[in-house]
Amino acid sequence: MRMYYSRLKLASVLGVCLLGLLLCLPNGMRKPFPSIPWRQIHLGLDLRGGSYLLMQVDLKSLTHDRLQTLVENTRDALLKSQLGYQNINVNADKNTVSFQPRDTAEADRDVATLDKLPRVVPNEFSVKKQDDGTIALVLSADAIKARAREAVTQSIEIVRRRIDGTGAVDPEITRQGDDRIVVELPGISDPERIKALLGTTAKMTFRLVDSNPLHATYAPPGVSLVPMANPAEGGPLPVFDHVDVDGTDLTNAGAVIDQQTGEWAVSFSFDSVGTRAFSSVTQTNVGKRFAIVLDNKVIEAPVIRTPITGGNGQITGGFDAQKATDLALMLRAGALPAPLSVVEQRSIGPSLGADSIRAGILSLGVGFLLVVVFMVLFYGRFGWYADIALLANLVLMVAILSLFEATLTLPGMAGMLLTLGMAVDANILINERIREEVARGRTPLAAMQTGFERATSTIVDSNATAFLAHVMLFVFGTGPVRGFALTITIGIATTLFTTLLLSRMLMARWYARTRPASLPV
Amino acid sequence: MFGRPLLRFVRKDTHINFMRGRYMGLIVSAVLSIASIILFFHPGLTLGLDFRGGIVVEAKTSGPADFAKLRTALAAQHISHASLQAFGAPDDVLIRLDAGDDQNTDAVVDTVRRAVTDAQPGTTILRADAVGASVSAELFRNGMLALGLSLAMILVYIWFRFEWEFALSAVITLVLDLTKTMGFLVITGFEFDLVMVAAILTILGYSTNDKVVVYDRVRENLRKYRTMPLMELINLSINETLNRTLGTSSTVFLAALPLALWGGATLSGFAWTMLFGIVVGTSSSIFIAAPLLLFMGEGRLKRGAKAGPAPAQQKS
Repeated sequence: MRMYYSRLKLASVLGVCLLGLLLCLPNGMRKPFPSIPWRQIHLGLDLRGGSYLLMQVDLKSLTHDRLQTLVENTRDALLKSQLGYQNINVNADKNTVSFQPRDTAEADRDVATLDKLPRVVPNEFSVKKQDDGTIALVLSADAIKARAREAVTQSIEIVRRRIDGTGAVDPEITRQGDDRIVVELPGISDPERIKALLGTTAKMTFRLVDSNPLHATYAPPGVSLVPMANPAEGGPLPVFDHVDVDGTDLTNAGAVIDQQTGEWAVSFSFDSVGTRAFSSVTQTNVGKRFAIVLDNKVIEAPVIRTPITGGNGQITGGFDAQKATDLALMLRAGALPAPLSVVEQRSIGPSLGADSIRAGILSLGVGFLLVVVFMVLFYGRFGWYADIALLANLVLMVAILSLFEATLTLPGMAGMLLTLGMAVDANILINERIREEVARGRTPLAAMQTGFERATSTIVDSNATAFLAHVMLFVFGTGPVRGFALTITIGIATTLFTTLLLSRMLMARWYARTRPASLPV
Repeated sequence: MFGRPLLRFVRKDTHINFMRGRYMGLIVSAVLSIASIILFFHPGLTLGLDFRGGIVVEAKTSGPADFAKLRTALAAQHISHASLQAFGAPDDVLIRLDAGDDQNTDAVVDTVRRAVTDAQPGTTILRADAVGASVSAELFRNGMLALGLSLAMILVYIWFRFEWEFALSAVITLVLDLTKTMGFLVITGFEFDLVMVAAILTILGYSTNDKVVVYDRVRENLRKYRTMPLMELINLSINETLNRTLGTSSTVFLAALPLALWGGATLSGFAWTMLFGIVVGTSSSIFIAAPLLLFMGEGRLKRGAKAGPAPAQQKS
């Protein structure tokens, strides 16, 4: 390497450092005027307080629901074509719906009829005659996968809508893997309400109650005993499986106070499809009970007194303000395609976050000072230069993290600190080399040149291995640990820049200025 | 302050015969590692929440924590096998519950939360975590995978840059470092969780770095002194790099020390483990990796023939 640096080179290295300093500014001040880009480091949940929820989409139930629908579709299609069937059933392990044709001669017509059933995705299922004479509708594995992917995408959208409705600030909702959703809620350290919101599928259906007294304890096919949402109101009600009106036909819902009773209620309005269905059911079934079923629980089952044709209605289910608001919110946001369950939850209160920031900054400050003092004591002038590079290193690390708008976590702070400890290693290597060369009796110039040259390959080698280890950690880690790996990986890059360019340049320029007879090593 | 260094670890004409202690070093290492492995199986690591699953609630009660009251409150909610411990101040409580077979750890966490705040009004919840069994198994698998792959990549990298004797002795040494770190974790009772895996990977990275520097010098000397016996050559290389080894381990040590002292509950275990790892990683370069290289490379390591990659050309 040469010992002379052009002004341009010097200017560009200093320019990078200065730019780094500028990029750090957004982290400590307000945006002075709106037109400039303003990127800053975000504080992780462990530093600002908040909750992290990892939710799993129940894909099994999704497939199960689809098979149930297929059973109904099959029944309807066969009845319409005046074909008979027996023993229709679902095999959840094989993802099939199968039945016994009334007459083996009809089998081909059965297949042809069922082949016309609507498919949610292309080639969703195939209709086959089995060896045992039954006919089976088989869901294809690809279709199940495609549905699952779509369900997760849908779920994310609905989760976002529901959370936005609660007024949470800066929620982050992301997909993880095939069937998981990460929800990050800064500032919410008690996520119980949000969990209740997300844990409800909010599939709402309006179904008639079977008024036959014999069916109150025994449900014939086509009728199910559905428990009451509030068990105090009595035992399960026999409700027809046939859905008269579906919650997906709702256009709006809100929490209101009922004029007559003064209780909280949820008012809703239907779109044209829902309005039509709702008015026709209420016209033909005056005097019967009409159950409002949410997630397989009866909220209420009022008697239809007059036909309701306006497309508006109200649900009173003994709500308090919060419950009414949340139910209205869920109805507006739509039903989840499949149930979500929380498989991991981490909540950090705001005070703990503040403590962590204090601890992190204190450790960083003290650690930085210790390293600075050590370098000066052990390496004199060149130690000072290493310290200048170390400061630049810290600045550049913060700058790059800001530029990426990275999230800083407590382990991330630890990563920064360790980077500072490791960063001076390059300077130590260079200095020790120069020292050796001087001891061998070389001139100052030759000693510095050889020292730089020899140390460079060692520096690159030793950093490469650390780099590899932390890339692995980034790939396999989650949450805070990823933050740690990211800061170290960035730190290695800034370390190479500051030690191989900046500190070396400072040393070379000092040499060029003073032409010393001996080196301070 | 500007000018000559005031301190130095060892004088430049230092010639400590490290290789004379090679058997001693290996024996001490073997004893420590075997002891660590025994500890690893009995009593075993204290698995953290990440890998064990279950719930942890950390609360700050108003006034000193009333454990009897808290226990009663939890029992009223049918939570019987929770462990309550004080930590730090008298108003700090840590409540743990192992993951049962039930899948709803997240509901239990809310129950515990409520029970605690009802039992002692004014209690603030500092932290409430719940990890389901399936997730904890997954996190553990990923942690181990990261460790294993890192070791494999380090092996390949050193093999690529040096020769297989170097790579093999480095990785054997790293595995020995790893066992000792596990022993340290068992003795101290620090929780083994994802943050700890991060600490261990950093230690591995550091330890590798340290060995690479010594190896680098060995390789250079192999080219320089073609006839010098390997034992003497390794000794010379260690002595030549001793100042750097001690210097860098000091700066990393100094950087991690404040974390251990003030890093708070989350990071102090991490930092202490780092400090331990720095000492182990530095000494293992000298007392284990070097002797292993000597045993494996005696009469085999190429001299001068295979000039390793030339130092990167600087364009400046």
